Amino acid sequence: MDLFEYQGKQYFAQFGIPVSPGGAADTVDEAVAVAEKVGYPVVVKAQVKVGGRGKAGGIKLADNIDEVRLHAGNILGMDIKGHVVHHLWIERSSDIQKEYYASFTLDRPNKTHLGMLSAQGGVDIEEVAASNPDAIAMLSIDPVRGLDLETARRWVQEASLDEVAREQAAELLVKLYECYTKGDCDLAEINPLILTTENKVHALDAKVTLDENASYRHPEWEAFRATETEDPREKMAKEKGLNYIGLDGTVGIIANGAGLAMSTLDVVNQVGGSAANFLDIGGGANADVMAAALEVINADPKVKAIFVNIFGGITRVDEVAKGVLEALNRVTISSPIVLRLDGTNAVEGRAILASHLNERLITEPTMLDAARRAVGLANA
Amino acid sequence: MSIFVDENTKVIVQGLTGGQGRFHGLRNRDYGTKIVGGVTPGKGGTDVDGIPVFNSVKEAVAATGATASFVSVPPKFAAAAILEAAEGGITFIVCITEGIPAHDEAVTYNRLVEDFPGVRLLGPNCPGIISPGKCNIGITSGDIALPGGPVGIVSRSGTLTYQALHELSQQGIGQTTCVGIGGDPVPGTNFIDCLAAFEADPETKAVMMIGEIGGSEEERAADWIKANMTKPVVSYIAGVTAPPGRKMGHAGAIISGSKGTAQAKMDALAAAGVHVCLNPTEAGEKMVEIVKGL
Repeated sequence: MDLFEYQGKQYFAQFGIPVSPGGAADTVDEAVAVAEKVGYPVVVKAQVKVGGRGKAGGIKLADNIDEVRLHAGNILGMDIKGHVVHHLWIERSSDIQKEYYASFTLDRPNKTHLGMLSAQGGVDIEEVAASNPDAIAMLSIDPVRGLDLETARRWVQEASLDEVAREQAAELLVKLYECYTKGDCDLAEINPLILTTENKVHALDAKVTLDENASYRHPEWEAFRATETEDPREKMAKEKGLNYIGLDGTVGIIANGAGLAMSTLDVVNQVGGSAANFLDIGGGANADVMAAALEVINADPKVKAIFVNIFGGITRVDEVAKGVLEALNRVTISSPIVLRLDGTNAVEGRAILASHLNERLITEPTMLDAARRAVGLANA
Repeated sequence: MSIFVDENTKVIVQGLTGGQGRFHGLRNRDYGTKIVGGVTPGKGGTDVDGIPVFNSVKEAVAATGATASFVSVPPKFAAAAILEAAEGGITFIVCITEGIPAHDEAVTYNRLVEDFPGVRLLGPNCPGIISPGKCNIGITSGDIALPGGPVGIVSRSGTLTYQALHELSQQGIGQTTCVGIGGDPVPGTNFIDCLAAFEADPETKAVMMIGEIGGSEEERAADWIKANMTKPVVSYIAGVTAPPGRKMGHAGAIISGSKGTAQAKMDALAAAGVHVCLNPTEAGEKMVEIVKGL
């Protein structure tokens, strides 16, 4: 789950990382109230989960109440690269002396954590990495040992941060690592990390991605989830515990396992169709889950045919078959269903469906045959 | 021959008394795997369909001589269970658990490397390993595999592993061993570990490698193949049509920026001399052709 900047800053603050005083606002009046509280000048910042806000006019400086009203009014509802602005973050403006970059993420090839620190912040770090890789000090961190202050002190020196910023930055980096690990982040990034004209180091932006697998030990993440603006299809799927991604095609896809679901999308595409979605019912799905999956697909008006591609492993095909029948009993499924069933208890599963097969409920022996059939129906 | 396991491998199941552990543990035993015990704290002294249950891995290993463990416990307890297996003397750990936090995986992996260098972890979030006719640890349906070789399979995705087995078995092509390495960001065993083992195994004559979008493991495998592999490799990469920036189910399956695309992986593999196919069926057909020409 990606956090908005303001949520990321709130998360940072919980770990003692200094951020500018500010507050979130969903209306112009709320924006004014925050500005009056933190004191002028303030920065009014659009909260969208996409880069390039500044260039799009989503970040404005305001010196007084009228300017806050004007900018907040303009920015709310603004469309930035397809993301409509529903939230603002208002914070006290900072006098910037220097902009740095800091982040922690998983180094997958090395199976360690990777810290990146640069004295050249405030710009796209991928560009810095491409044009001037030496400007980024990479630190490989053993997840067992973690990051201590001594190492962080050497790191800020290696990255050539300004002398006056080093001790504060080292302390901040240790806290950011704490936030990254204890806070179960996939990514914790500050760009820019600034040195103010008063020689204070703090986070001017926050980019945080949380690891959903860890949500069981973070009940506080519920507050972040409430603000997620999702595709209504994805929201409905999530409520039913399904792993769903909405796409633009006409063939509804249900598969068990992420790999098979991805492969199903590919095969549908190869035989001349287009997938309406990615839907992985997961391992060990039962009849309820299968029925819910069909209902979610059924709610998508673009879907003209449904391709159920199941290779039972931990998932039992008889359960899948029961789910299909249950869904057909519960709701009217508006598109024909093509099933391909193999693997654990496939014989039992096919037997359950045998007497119910008709031109709206079809089985095919292979993945490719089923894809062709479903695409044929969708394109008819 | 098989890799990592064989007909003599003695296996315990951590979580044998749970729903999944029982279902798959008993299926593995019915397949012929030497499932010699289960471990569930507090349930020592009981049994599951005749399989003795112990309170700890240590007790189970002492009583049975097991060297492998099948970890089937919820995500909350999985990291501790893996470390308990290593501490208890297990040298091959298969963890099927899906949904373990990435930080737990990172710590666990490095603990194993540092403190238990002789231990191999397969998974987490993987279907397990099957050496047809000899040993099946995990959730793979044994009847889709065909004994006798000559193909080794390694795959990042669970269900696509079954699909690969199925495609080959249907054509009468057997497998030496099929390894599902799992789709999580920190897999205990990677493509290269398996490719190296297959390269060294005299009975394996060709390898099928199933990858997917995200990360760079396939690219690294391509480099390794180019430098070291003498046996033919057929590959399929899932996710050609996956949109960037969206996690396709697996925690590891995400295209970020220009990195991790199926096309980049396919190009790297093709440049290493791998037969790159566009879907699992095509990969199966290609392998049939290769095996017939051996």
